[in-house]
Amino acid sequence: MSILTQLFAVAWFNLRSLPERKAAALTAAVGIAGVVGVLVGVLAIAEGFRRAMTASGSPDVAVVLRSGADSEMTSGLERDATRTIGDAPGVARNAAGPLTSAELFVIINLPKRSTGTDANVPLRGVEQGAFDVRGNIKMEAGRRFATGRNEVMVGAGAARAFGGLDIGKQIKVGQNVWDIVGIFTANGGLAESEIWTDTAVLQPAYHRNSSFQSVYVRLTSAAAFQQFKDALTTDPKLNVKVLRLSDFYEEQSTAVTKFITTIGVFIATLMGLGALFGALNTMYSAVAGRTREIATLRALGFGAGPVVFSVLVESVLLSILGGGFGAGAAYLLFDGYRASTINWQSFSQVTFAFQVTPALLGKAIACATLIGIGGGLFPALRAARLPIASGLRES
Amino acid sequence: MSASSQPLVQIHNVTKNFKRGAEVVHVLSGLELAVDAAEFLALMGPSGSGKSTLLNLIGGLDRPTTGTVQIGDERVDQLSDRQLAAWRARHIGFVFQFYNLLPALNAERNVELPLLLTGLSKAERRRHVAAAFEAVGLTHRAKHFPRTLSGGEQQRVGIARAIVTDPTVLLCDEPTGDLDRKSGDEILALLQSLNKDHGKTIIMVTHDPHASARASRTVYLDKGQLSTTPTA
Repeated sequence: MSILTQLFAVAWFNLRSLPERKAAALTAAVGIAGVVGVLVGVLAIAEGFRRAMTASGSPDVAVVLRSGADSEMTSGLERDATRTIGDAPGVARNAAGPLTSAELFVIINLPKRSTGTDANVPLRGVEQGAFDVRGNIKMEAGRRFATGRNEVMVGAGAARAFGGLDIGKQIKVGQNVWDIVGIFTANGGLAESEIWTDTAVLQPAYHRNSSFQSVYVRLTSAAAFQQFKDALTTDPKLNVKVLRLSDFYEEQSTAVTKFITTIGVFIATLMGLGALFGALNTMYSAVAGRTREIATLRALGFGAGPVVFSVLVESVLLSILGGGFGAGAAYLLFDGYRASTINWQSFSQVTFAFQVTPALLGKAIACATLIGIGGGLFPALRAARLPIASGLRES
Repeated sequence: MSASSQPLVQIHNVTKNFKRGAEVVHVLSGLELAVDAAEFLALMGPSGSGKSTLLNLIGGLDRPTTGTVQIGDERVDQLSDRQLAAWRARHIGFVFQFYNLLPALNAERNVELPLLLTGLSKAERRRHVAAAFEAVGLTHRAKHFPRTLSGGEQQRVGIARAIVTDPTVLLCDEPTGDLDRKSGDEILALLQSLNKDHGKTIIMVTHDPHASARASRTVYLDKGQLSTTPTA
């Protein structure tokens, strides 16, 4: 019989005896399920946040900021500059002119529905071109804001997360009152965390005169970006930086994503160590409980390799089962769960849905497998080194 | 194995020492033993006299501190662990005091275990297993799990497992030690039949004079040395 068949035969005998050790096996599997559940849960937050930030970042859309600005909050552009940007090569056009939107970005305070505490909510002034530039804005209810009127439309995420953002209600900011006329979606993207209004109305309300903070531009194609960027950055009248929207959003999400991921991995690592010792304990007990069985197999002529393999298979299988259960539970509990958090780069709330992706589940199972290998290796080696003669007489 | 007239099992000048903390325990000292093919040898002696140690040396489960262990043409004491495992699978059938059956496998699968180390097809394995069950008279219990079998029946399964590969030597370590007198007698009769009717070479460790009476020869081990008469 080939060594391979011998390996699987001994592994199979071992697994057949698993029901006799079900309590210990279950304990190890549950420990690993906990680790994987936490890992998936936390990483689903990071993944959901990253996706919310990047979902609407089309590569044929560019954003122009003042040179040196790392966010819209610290940027500033005058009306003349926005016109020059609209006339640059590579900008898509329709009958109304270039597909651009010069925008203003301010923060207002609104209470969170969940806690009632105030949170920073982005209020964005956009031009009518914004709808064609973004290309993914859809009205979920109501209508778009009317040009020149104190009307706002609210992103679906913001409407769910913050109080008082229902159609027909008003929001009061400083001396100004805006009517809420619509709820919109943006394919799950960042815009859903925002409130939009006409930039021409927002400018005087915030005493911004004719200044903007950013210009969003739809390009003729993704390939036109370099030409567009070169034209603007080499223009001596302009002092701007040009980014693809996808890159801009990616950059804006980096800090929070990294932070959440780091915290998640740190917690999961600590729990993982606990689970690893749990698995070690279980497998050492399993080997101790099977001493006579292992010695018998060795006496009959089975090699040490199949014994090592059989212990590792049990450990890895328990880990994968536990990990699979943890990942499945995390998927059912967390996937699509809506939450909001502050994006430190814009100091405003971003609403997002936890995302338990197949890649994340794959990582979680890989992590469980590693715990299984780590927890099984030393007990497996001990099993292989058990003295056969004395092992045969173990009770 | 050799077909020559020399003894099948040749133990020459074997010593076996164990370390127990700082102390060295001399279990076997300059031991000599020869067992012919088709012989049924009973190995007796008081507890701790080294009977099982000697059996382990013959079965390739342990190596002597000094001396040689030759089974047929093979110097067992010179084989590596890997070679020993393969050698055991081909040439040794073990019968244990506590049967050592795998509880998760039924009797049939337990008996099939040593055949998994051979190149036999599944159908051939089944045939060998059926023949082994027939030899021990337990065909009707082949599908039963060890926990549902009596001690005597479990030992029959153990013997079926030991003979299923038609090994060169059958090594029995107190095969009736865990059985009542009636079951023990049945097992001894079975071993005797395997020796007389099938020419199996059997070396049996036992405390029991009643068991050793079934053997064709009895040797006594005491203080690391063999003799043909019991020590006082």
